[in-house]
Amino acid sequence: MRHTLAILVVNQPGVMARIAGLYSRRGYNINSIAVGVTEDPKVSRITLVVEAEAANELEQITKQLYKLIDVIKISDITLDDAVGRELALIKVKSTAVNRSEILQIVDIFRAKIVDVSRGAVIIEVTGEQDKVEAILSLLKPYGVVEIARTGKVALVRSAVSHR
Amino acid sequence: MKLTGAQILVECLRKEGVDLIFGYPGGKVISIYDALFREDFNHIITRHEQGAVHAADGYARATGRPGVCLATSGPGATNLVTGLATAHMDSVPIVAFTGQVPTSLLGRDTFQEADITGITMPITKHNYLVRNVADLPRVIKEAFHIATTGRPGPVLIDLPNDVCDSKVKFSYPEKVSLPGYKPTYSGNFKQIKSMASAMQHAKRPVLYVGGGVTISGAEQELLELAEKTQIPVTTTLMGMAAFPSAHRLALGMLGMHGTVAANYGVTECDLLIAVGARFDDRVTGKVETFAPEAKIIQVDIDPAEIGKNIPVAIPIVGDLKQVLTELLPLVSEGRRDKWLKQVDEWKERYPLTYENNNSHIPPQAVVKALSEITGGDAVICTEVGQHQMWAAQFYKFSKTRSFLTSGGLGTMGYGLPAAIGAQIGMGDRMVINIAGDGSLQMNIQELATIVAYKLPVKIILLNNGYLGMVRQWQEHFYEKRYSGTVLQNPDFIKLAESFGIKGFILKDQEKIYSLLEEALATDGPVLVDCRINPEENVLPMVPPNGALNRMMGVVEK
Repeated sequence: MRHTLAILVVNQPGVMARIAGLYSRRGYNINSIAVGVTEDPKVSRITLVVEAEAANELEQITKQLYKLIDVIKISDITLDDAVGRELALIKVKSTAVNRSEILQIVDIFRAKIVDVSRGAVIIEVTGEQDKVEAILSLLKPYGVVEIARTGKVALVRSAVSHR
Repeated sequence: MKLTGAQILVECLRKEGVDLIFGYPGGKVISIYDALFREDFNHIITRHEQGAVHAADGYARATGRPGVCLATSGPGATNLVTGLATAHMDSVPIVAFTGQVPTSLLGRDTFQEADITGITMPITKHNYLVRNVADLPRVIKEAFHIATTGRPGPVLIDLPNDVCDSKVKFSYPEKVSLPGYKPTYSGNFKQIKSMASAMQHAKRPVLYVGGGVTISGAEQELLELAEKTQIPVTTTLMGMAAFPSAHRLALGMLGMHGTVAANYGVTECDLLIAVGARFDDRVTGKVETFAPEAKIIQVDIDPAEIGKNIPVAIPIVGDLKQVLTELLPLVSEGRRDKWLKQVDEWKERYPLTYENNNSHIPPQAVVKALSEITGGDAVICTEVGQHQMWAAQFYKFSKTRSFLTSGGLGTMGYGLPAAIGAQIGMGDRMVINIAGDGSLQMNIQELATIVAYKLPVKIILLNNGYLGMVRQWQEHFYEKRYSGTVLQNPDFIKLAESFGIKGFILKDQEKIYSLLEEALATDGPVLVDCRINPEENVLPMVPPNGALNRMMGVVEK
């Protein structure tokens, strides 16, 4: 099963290396990882999407992560009422002939065209992973030149801070 | 007053109560060495950085205080790697300092540059690269705190030499602020009550004791608990000296080379109480057949160890000494006559034994003699291999912190430098390094350190001319193809004498006692070259990934 972990860490060089290193040497799989500083500049938030089959596996991952001195808090927000988003920039081949078709797809997905050049457009889309996958599959026939995707970021809905 | 980074290092060590450091100089630590010299700080120079880190480890294991070591950048730092991994696996508190190229040259493949914080990330509890001298006091304070609290472990501090040379006003922080590091010391009381009740109801319980008991200083509580509840005790390699080997309730070591009583006991028990032990594969054998009838309780300070390899019915995260202290009043005096009778019968019927029928010295007899001559009172260090198992099987430990051995990583070459650290830490107590001929040669250069500091370490070499443990596996599982395991050895007596160490040779069975007595009574260091039976095996043995109660080489009395 795919889990989303929200991890608060001390904002220090090397934290990402520690987490990524721990994952690779213990043989866990990371689907995506996104990191950024929080409202407190001393703390960063990492959103980690991981595969874990047995319940015990996720527990081990969490405990091992907690052993890192720089890890402050880990929450598994997979089943929480949370907002999750990832962002993708998609460069698609485009001609005057099909540009309006592409625009329609962009509109339906509430995406944006952020750059137009001769022969290509860059589309910015945000949403849950399946939304990004869906627009990608619709754009593929036009010729996807390049993609840049962030990992997922997520926050739990509610007024309280999950610090 | 403004101090340089190097001076701050020395001041911080003093504030932490550290009075000696093991190390080896080099280009990027000259200013630290200068500060040590000017401050007249006690420094032990080994002959290799690996010797320094193992010595710091031996010092820490023997005394319970953190060991400190120092190496230069690049190769000096990478030579610490094996020692740090050894300490990490066995939860030993070490603070290691390494020199580093100046911050302005970091990342440019500078002469003697190695990314030691990157290299040691998975084998330290934590590490630091200090880029600003102003951070140094805080970093050192944190390093000692992290190394010695919770589940202890090694912490490395990498010091670029411009950081050592630049000055800042020195003040040592009173407290550490580590929002992500809060070890749990007191166990959940409800769980402790469940533990007491499970112990009360168990008919065939066994205490499974690991190194955590020693680290926590819970030996006395464990002894009281075992005696009060009459529960037999088996120890891991790391837990050997935590419970008196000669105690009536002692089953000896369990696992691959464990005793029959311990392995049968664990297989047939209905309650297994793991205290400070981590269900290592050398202990469990095949996981599916490990303690098949038992409800399992695990007490450990490291939450990640609980349920890692084996599902646990009653998990308790906490410091053993605290948990056992709370537990003791909750359990009532037990009588387990039937179970103890069964256990005693196994001990009686299947004692650890060896054959004594040829011209060579049985290695077990050497360890047994050492045990009897010293009354189980010496600090025993070992290397890794057959001799290590014989030491665990045949030495009767009477005091805690008396068995210094690389359990988790299995580091050959550990014992000799560890004995240096132990001897320095323990002063007058006898320190014996039981070694194999393969392992001893891995850090043989440290004989010079022993002589230089006049350390009376007794080296008992169980010399079989083989890498015996691997040879034993080749004999059993590879049809005696002794690939790479036959050693052409030096004359160890001449070698020892060239360093200034008195050598003895033991070839005659009749002389085991008298010669060992003489050697141990000799002032200063000695090396006894015991020509043991070359093809002697460590038995009994659970084949790798086998069931604990299916042991090879069990001899019925």
